Amino acid sequence: MSKAILDIAALHKSYGATPVLKGIDMAVNENELVFIIGPSGSGKSTLLRCCNRLEEPESGSILVDGTDILRPGVDLNRLRQKIGMVFQSFNLYPHMTALGNVTLALRKVQGMEKEAAEEKGRAALARVGLAEKVNAYPNELSGGQQQRVGIARSLALEPRIVLFDEPTSALDPELVGGVLKVMRELKESGMTMVVVSHEMAFARAAADRVIFMDKGVIADQGAPEDMFGNPKHERLREFLSRIQH
Amino acid sequence: MNPAMSGWDRFVFSFFNLDIARQYLPAIAKGFVTTVYLALAVIVAGVLLGLTLALLRSFRVKVANFFIIMFADIMRALPPLVLIILLFFALPYAGASLSAFAATWVALSLVLAAFAEEIFWAGIVAVPRGQWEAARSTGLSRAQTLAFVVLPQAVRMTIPPLTNRVISITKGTALGSVVALSEILNQASSSASQAGNATPMTVGALAYLLLFIPVVIFGRWVETRFVWKK
Ligand SMILES: Nc1ncnc2c1ncn2[C@@H]1O[C@H](COP(=O)(O)OP(=O)(O)OP(=O)(O)O)[C@@H](O)[C@H]1O
Ligand SMILES: [Mg+2]
Repeated sequence: MSKAILDIAALHKSYGATPVLKGIDMAVNENELVFIIGPSGSGKSTLLRCCNRLEEPESGSILVDGTDILRPGVDLNRLRQKIGMVFQSFNLYPHMTALGNVTLALRKVQGMEKEAAEEKGRAALARVGLAEKVNAYPNELSGGQQQRVGIARSLALEPRIVLFDEPTSALDPELVGGVLKVMRELKESGMTMVVVSHEMAFARAAADRVIFMDKGVIADQGAPEDMFGNPKHERLREFLSRIQH
Repeated sequence: MNPAMSGWDRFVFSFFNLDIARQYLPAIAKGFVTTVYLALAVIVAGVLLGLTLALLRSFRVKVANFFIIMFADIMRALPPLVLIILLFFALPYAGASLSAFAATWVALSLVLAAFAEEIFWAGIVAVPRGQWEAARSTGLSRAQTLAFVVLPQAVRMTIPPLTNRVISITKGTALGSVVALSEILNQASSSASQAGNATPMTVGALAYLLLFIPVVIFGRWVETRFVWKK
């Protein structure tokens, strides 16, 4: 049996009186790519954001690489380095170069020397195909390149798992491919990943498992072939037919 | 004054009298130095205090924020002149007394701090949430996120409105004349009454122009230079 890098049990989260996550149980094993789909408002982003405590869940447990991240007194800033997060809107720091974006946490959180951090930052940028763009500012990069810098910013910290929240939704169609390619290479290199996205072709090609979220619960899950080729859950069928048209 | 003088000659004699200008120039120069010192001291103290308050406010501690907002609102509502008079004339009754320089400095610094706090705060709030989230998700603490990610972006947005505010508050140094601070205006007006001639006031006005025109030009440059490029 392989080891769970992310292990979520009975997770509940509400915004005010509105429950958004109503008891999520989910484990992601080492090297696994779990792909999450579901209608707008079903709680996909909230689930990811609970996993590094950008949102505080009400109850339940979340273990990352064996550590309970909800335990009081946990060193959150250290833990967050193990959990990469890639955002729909990239969220690059506009006042820093690509290299500056990638090395900030290395220097300020890990306390690395400038040279060592930059070496590591260059390697991370090379890994996403941006070796030539280390000194470019975000506004000098295409959306696809910006998102790859965002991925490199996570990778530089050597996370145990990377969470992607609709990483290609803000991109022009012709730029999506480059980002997905980087994500596939990442998967092939053995990274554990959770991806919220609408890129079904990518899910078929790269996902180990597809999770369908609906109204704050995991309504169905299975291998991509089964989920897309032969969907049994009625809401899933509805959802798939809606996004395919 | 010679009663046979024409209107124009009388005007030149009263306002542009070179002999009188020369005679009172040293006094006004002394006032100029005082004004420069005072303005610099107000800018440094006001901007630093304003920045500190805005940073404190970003930690969103309810009680602290209540006092910061109250401070900012009161100081922005009070006419600076009232504040100077209070500090200079009322404080001695409370057992403390401030020199004219100190009273003017404290009053103007507090007013500038209140405006600067609001301007810095607006800048901090205008930085998108995603910037915080990206930084926090890589393990940066709240303070590190403020220092390395949010403030550099906020300050950029802040510089044009802050420059304008700094200019208008430092012009308030002239209010020090009310508590007999020997700054430009006070030196000029007492020279004028001593001389029985308005020329020292003209010199004083020129001194203000000399001081503030470069600042205004700097403000214009800053405004074009720091427009945020998307
Ligand atoms: N900060 C918030 N305050 C209040 N309600 C929120 C907040 N964030 C999300 N919600 C609500 O929680 C529910 C789940 O939102 P979430 O963003 O997790 O959905 P999602 O599945 O990611 O949707 P989408 O596909 O549109 O991104 C929605 O109904 C949303 O309106
Ligand atoms: Mg979402």
